[in-house]
Amino acid sequence: MSHSYTPGLRVSARARVRRERRLPLRGEVLVAEGATVGPDTVVARTELPGNVQTVNLAGRLGVDPAKALGTLQMPLGSSVKAGDIVAKASGLFGLVTNTVEAPADGTLESVSSVTGQLLLREPPIPVEVDAYLAGRVAEVLPEEGVVVEAEGAFLQGIFGVGGETFGELELAVSGPGETLRTADLDGRHRGKIVVGGAWTSHETLEWARECGVAAVVVGGFDDADLRRLLGRDLGVAITGSEDLGITLVITEGFGRLSMADRTWRLLEANRGRLASASGATQIRAGVLRPEILVPGEPGTTGADAEAGDGGLETGSRVRVIRAPHFGRLGRVVELPADLRALETEARVRVLVVEFDEGGERAVVPRANVERLAE
Amino acid sequence: MSDVPPEIRSILATDCGSTTTKAVLIEREADGYRLKVRGEAPTTVEAPFEDVTRGVLNAVREVEELCGRKLLDGERIVTPQAGDTGVDLYLSTSSAGGGLQMMVSGLVKQMTGESAQRAALGAGAIVMDVIALNDGRRPHEKIRRLRQLRPDMILLSGGTDGGEVRRVAEMAELLAAADPKARLGAGYELPVVYAGNRDAAEVVSGTLGGRVALTVTDNLRPTLERENLGPARDAIHDLFMEHVMAHAPGYRKLMTWTPVPIMPTPGAVGLIIEKVAKRDRLAVVGVDIGGATTDVFSVFGVPGTEETVFNRTVSANLGMSYSISNVMTEAGIGNILRWVPFAVDESELRNRIKNKMIRPTTIPQTLEDLVVEQAICREALRLSFDQHRALAVGLKGRQQARDISDAMDQSASGESLVNLMSLGLLVGSGGVLSHAPRRAQAMLMMIDAFLPEGVTSLAVDSIFMTPQLGVLSTVHEEAATQVFERDCLIHLGACVAPAGNGRAGQACMTVEIAPGDGPASSHRVAYGDFTLVPVPAGGRVRLRVSPERGFDAGAGRGRPVDAEVPAGVVGVVLDARGRRPFALPSGPRERIAKLREWNRSMDLYPREV
Repeated sequence: MSHSYTPGLRVSARARVRRERRLPLRGEVLVAEGATVGPDTVVARTELPGNVQTVNLAGRLGVDPAKALGTLQMPLGSSVKAGDIVAKASGLFGLVTNTVEAPADGTLESVSSVTGQLLLREPPIPVEVDAYLAGRVAEVLPEEGVVVEAEGAFLQGIFGVGGETFGELELAVSGPGETLRTADLDGRHRGKIVVGGAWTSHETLEWARECGVAAVVVGGFDDADLRRLLGRDLGVAITGSEDLGITLVITEGFGRLSMADRTWRLLEANRGRLASASGATQIRAGVLRPEILVPGEPGTTGADAEAGDGGLETGSRVRVIRAPHFGRLGRVVELPADLRALETEARVRVLVVEFDEGGERAVVPRANVERLAE
Repeated sequence: MSDVPPEIRSILATDCGSTTTKAVLIEREADGYRLKVRGEAPTTVEAPFEDVTRGVLNAVREVEELCGRKLLDGERIVTPQAGDTGVDLYLSTSSAGGGLQMMVSGLVKQMTGESAQRAALGAGAIVMDVIALNDGRRPHEKIRRLRQLRPDMILLSGGTDGGEVRRVAEMAELLAAADPKARLGAGYELPVVYAGNRDAAEVVSGTLGGRVALTVTDNLRPTLERENLGPARDAIHDLFMEHVMAHAPGYRKLMTWTPVPIMPTPGAVGLIIEKVAKRDRLAVVGVDIGGATTDVFSVFGVPGTEETVFNRTVSANLGMSYSISNVMTEAGIGNILRWVPFAVDESELRNRIKNKMIRPTTIPQTLEDLVVEQAICREALRLSFDQHRALAVGLKGRQQARDISDAMDQSASGESLVNLMSLGLLVGSGGVLSHAPRRAQAMLMMIDAFLPEGVTSLAVDSIFMTPQLGVLSTVHEEAATQVFERDCLIHLGACVAPAGNGRAGQACMTVEIAPGDGPASSHRVAYGDFTLVPVPAGGRVRLRVSPERGFDAGAGRGRPVDAEVPAGVVGVVLDARGRRPFALPSGPRERIAKLREWNRSMDLYPREV
């Protein structure tokens, strides 16, 4: 393949972000269009239909399925408590009366004349949806939810775990290449979204959780630590619903990776502001990336740029994203047009990169770099 | 179909994959149909484009540039061909947007449930779950599952014709109570195919009519002894077009460009595999290892009958990029590392695998990295094949009249139909196999993963164009077959591997190899040996395998086997490493020494790793 894929993560100082906040089923919308909402404002509410339990009336009472409906002791639609007698029939020439009790609280929904099954629906389960970000209700989706809109800084990470959260943005290390350590965190970070640098460990993340930190944002994290955090190996990259008590957003990748300068500068400029974050990631059709949103007046000025947009040119800032130069930053100095053979003997399109550190040059497949916005 | 022109000079075919749209141009030349060029472009089903035709046009533009011919008029594919412009036929397959995702249900999981699963898989679907009355879940759990998964389609089966209606009605009631919604858009009813007891069709229609888009077709298990998957498969294909594809972004437009229905990619690959098996009267296994999924196809004979059975399985979470991390999870890191002839830091390997998952299109730059990727491929193939074997089985529940010979070879209903000793041809495709820098690497990856027995030919799809040829075969079998043989399939050679175990160095077999136009040679092979005998490519090779007592090359222990196989670009591999079980040395030093020895005998890499 001649083109190189970059995840195209957005890192934008000024973006208008819209988030649909939709109920899983129709319900009631609690806010009006134009209303100002905070991240914890409940915007819509509904009740999910309860679980369905089936009871084999025909079998339990020894009657023909067609006659099962007639054994009900109350009309369909009635509410019952667990243990209530819902159906009754006489057996053995009228000598014995068999009864059927409700297996749970609920409503009698239907009785099939073919199978003789009673469907009992358990009480509904209330569900609420919050606004997730501080902003304005841009649109009401009648009976379904709202669209919340906010303007501000917007950053996507490459991988995350843990659900939606919000809190004040705080930097806990002094630079993008630093390590976030246990000693950097204490009770003052409770409820905050904490930015580390290039890497943090499982131990530090556990400590952050104990300190009540809402989310941690770092450049890299080890897969072995992710396994310890989740208690299992993550096979398929679909995350966001795990109950970890903390959200983790990785901006660059697995291993120790300096946070991109632009990402770091943008987070630094928004220090102290209320931000929303989500670790939810899906790497598949319908790619979903973890994110950090800082609504409000932008903390930095300058052109809006996106990491990885545009093609590669001589002079482009790049990061190598695969061994043997994994994680190194540099600048493209040559883009040969012809295919070149790698050590593996595969013939591919390559580029020559000059690394920031040491200034040495290396030939790297184009597919193995990503362009960095400056 | 009536719009397909009677005379076809040129064919443009695209396959819209989940990440890449591939286009091939086929033209008729003096000696028949040939592949001219191939182009590709990223698939555009997702935001910001949300229109599959953008990617198709981009791929076709690349084809235009490469062949120097005009195929497009603005944003339209020119058909029929006029002079040097346009093509006579355009057709397409698709697995974009996650392919066809289905739930299936039957009464008994191991009987109609399994038949329904085979029908859906054979139609090219990913089966998300099999719901059955006896699957161990309580009704409300099944209902919750039906709601959660939001499939594209449901296949409801159950019961044999004339059997009890009540249980089938129960399944329909469960489905009605769940009131499931379709995955793509809430604006249309969920398609449901009913292929169960015909006597229950009326009750099922009564229960589900008005709630879902119901299609009733012939029972896929009319009797316990017979499976009839064709009608259900056809109904799934039709509904895939009418409902699912029509709601995917841009497909409504794409459908108007082609006179031939758009097929799910794996359905099209399956067609080709089935045709090859039928034509050459061979048992065939095909595997397509992609970034997200691995499909396995097989055609095997049913023991004791003239019948052959086609099966397809998809391992939805085994692949080389998006799903690479799941290969590590399912195989275990130890099983991957057993194929690597050097020490690897486990923590670093874990990070590497995850980084490939989040940046799926990177490629190995170092030889060591290539070796690790090929080790992961072996495990992904092995696991996918294990899953295939578990599903490609004889019909469970059928009564068999067994004679003494059946009793001796223990063939019973429910046993896997996959018999490696009878396997004639193993075909691999997908980037890691098709684009391996040396063809011998693809050959050894497949041998290590599938462990073929007896005499087996191996081949790879050179550029992964079987899907396009599959759909082409529905309208122009001649063109599809010619291109498949000449431009698509690359014969690698054959693997000769007797079943049985012995002591290292013990005499195992003698193999005489007689290429069509080269000198014949004879090779005495000891147990534990692994040798490659290169043969001149092209033409055919005659083999006579004489196993020692205790070893079976396909005709029984100690009995010679004669075979004729296509000569391949790699050669004939004499594999006496043992089967049933095949085992690598357990000590790291011995294991690494063995791996290096095998790599050397295949001249696998440019230097020792």
